Amino acid sequence: MRKKALDMVHDLARRDARVVFIGSDLGCGTLEALQKELPGQFLMEGINEACAVGMAAGMAMEGRVVYVNTIATFLARRALEQVCVDLCMHKLPVRLIANGGGLVYAPLGSTHLAVEDLALMRALPNMTVVAPCDAPEMERCMAQTLDWPGPMYIRLAKGYDPVVSDPAAGFAIGRAIHCRKGSDVLLAVTGVALQQALGAADLLAAQGVSAGVLHMHTLKPFDAQALLEAAAGARAVVTVEEHTLLGGLGSAAAETLLEAGMARPFKRLGIPDIFPDYYGTQLEIMARLGLDAQGVARAALELLEAPRT
Amino acid sequence: MNDMHGSARAWHEQAMGAALDARSLELRRTVVEMLARAGRGHLGSSLSLIEMLRALYDHVLRFDPARPGMPERDRCILSKGHGCLALYALLADKGFFPREELWRFCRKDALLGGHPDATKIPGVEASTGSLGHGLPIGLGMALAVRGRSPEPRVFVVLGDGECNEGSVWEACLSAGNRGVENLTLLVDYNKYQSYDATCVVQDLEPLDEKFRAFKWAVRHVNGHDVQALRQTLSGVPFEPGMPSAVICHTVKGKGIHFAENNLQWHHKSSINEEMAARMREALG
Repeated sequence: MRKKALDMVHDLARRDARVVFIGSDLGCGTLEALQKELPGQFLMEGINEACAVGMAAGMAMEGRVVYVNTIATFLARRALEQVCVDLCMHKLPVRLIANGGGLVYAPLGSTHLAVEDLALMRALPNMTVVAPCDAPEMERCMAQTLDWPGPMYIRLAKGYDPVVSDPAAGFAIGRAIHCRKGSDVLLAVTGVALQQALGAADLLAAQGVSAGVLHMHTLKPFDAQALLEAAAGARAVVTVEEHTLLGGLGSAAAETLLEAGMARPFKRLGIPDIFPDYYGTQLEIMARLGLDAQGVARAALELLEAPRT
Repeated sequence: MNDMHGSARAWHEQAMGAALDARSLELRRTVVEMLARAGRGHLGSSLSLIEMLRALYDHVLRFDPARPGMPERDRCILSKGHGCLALYALLADKGFFPREELWRFCRKDALLGGHPDATKIPGVEASTGSLGHGLPIGLGMALAVRGRSPEPRVFVVLGDGECNEGSVWEACLSAGNRGVENLTLLVDYNKYQSYDATCVVQDLEPLDEKFRAFKWAVRHVNGHDVQALRQTLSGVPFEPGMPSAVICHTVKGKGIHFAENNLQWHHKSSINEEMAARMREALG
C-alpha cells in the first residue's frame, strides 16, 4: 500500500507540474526514480516534521500540490500545530501520507504507534481523513487527490496487506462502500480492519447470522447517509477500527446514529484507552484486543444475544 | 538587563538612542489609537517593529495594494503575529484596506484581530500568532518561487522570544543547507520576551554566530534607524547562495517612555482612558 501510494505520487508528478513530494528522512532509495526524473518536484528534508509541514504550506500557498510523507505519528502528533494552523486554517492542498497508521509498528513500541491519529485529524476543520484498505484501493484514492480542496490525511497500513477491495465498487472520497448486505448486524469499518470485518461476516454467516459490511474509508467528511441507510437495515451495529475508541470511527458512528434518533444495540471495537505497548506483530495485538475476525464475530454475537433493557 | 552580553548591550544602547521622525511618530499614534479604542493589544511588541516594517514597506518590498496576490510581489510574513498592530498600521497606510478598519480592531466581526489572518486581510501572507510557523512557511514559499522572473523575495519577521521555538532552527538548518538566497529573516531583537529579558529567560547570545553556524549570512542593524535598515535590506542576499539574516536591535515599547523595556506593556487587555491619554501624551 505504501509503495503504491508513493508510485502514485510519481505518476501524479509526471502528469501535473504542480505536484511536489516532501519526505522526512525516509528509507534509502525512496522515490529515487522521481528524484532522478523530476528533481524539481522532489525534496528530502531531514528529521524535522514541523518544518517540513510548514514548508509544504508555503509551497501550497504558491500553487503547488504537496505530498508529505513520513511516519504517521510524527505527522499527526509532532507536527499537529503546523497541520492545524499552517494547513487547515489556510485550507491548503497538502496531502499527508502517513506511514504505519494504527498498530503497524507494533515491534517498535508506543512511540511509533499512531492509534489516535484519526481522532486528532478528524477534529481539525477543513481536514479530510481517509484510510484505504489495500493497495488497489490506495491507487484509486490517490488518483482523486490532485484536485481535492484543502488538506488531506491519508493513513497507510503496512504494505502487502491482503487485497479485499472490489474494483467494481470504485472509490470516491467521502462516499462509503457497502461491501456486503446483511440484515442482522452491520459491521462498519475503516482502513485495513475491512479484512477482519469480512472474515467476521463469513464466520457469522456460518452460524446463520447475516452481517452487512460498510467500509467507511473516509472518516471526514463522514458519509452519515450511508451509515444510516445501512444501519436501518440491521438489528445491531458494530464498528471496527485499528484506533483508539476515543474520537475515531466508533465515535463518529455513535454521534451520527444518536443524533438521527436511530436506536440500535451498538458496540465499538478498537483500542481501549491505553498505550498498547505489547510488541509482537500488528496482527497479534489486534487479536489480543479482539480486533481479529474471531473477536469481531464474537462481539457481534454477544451484542445480538444481549438482553434488552 | 545586567546579564546582557557585551555587544548586545552596545546595540541596545544605540537602539535606545535612536531618534524617531514624524512618520515614525505618526505610525505609533495609529497603533496607540487602535489599542486605545480596542482596550487591548500588544503594545511593546508592536512598537519595536515599526521601523523594520516601515523600511520594508516604504523602501524594499515590491507590492501593489490593488493586487495583493500579484505573482511577482515580494512576500513578507510577520511570524511574530502578536506584533500585528504595527503591520496593520503599515498595510492601511499603503492602502491594502480602508483605514476605518483599524478602529474596529478586535471587535465583533472585525477584519483585524489580535493576530493576523491571511484568509481575511489583504496583504497578509500567512496567518500567524502561534510562534515558530513563519520561517518554515517562508522557506517553502522561497523554494516554490525560485527561478521565476522576476524572482520574488521572501522576508520573514521573527521575534527574539520566538527564536526559542525549535521549528525556527529546523527551518534555519534546512534553508542554510539548501542555500535559499531569496529568503531573508529579520529578528526583532528587543531583548525582552513575556516573562523577562531574553538573556534571563532563554539567552540567544551569541545570536549572529548561531545563524552563521547554520550557513546564513548575517548583519546587525539598529532596528529604529530607517536609513540603516533600508541600506542593509537593500543588500540582500548578503552572500550568493546563502539565506540572509538581519538582527534588528530594537527597544520594546520604543517611543513611549514608560513602556520602553517595561514588561508590564508587553500585552494589555484592559486599557482605560487614563492609560490611553498617557500614551497619546507620550507621543506628543
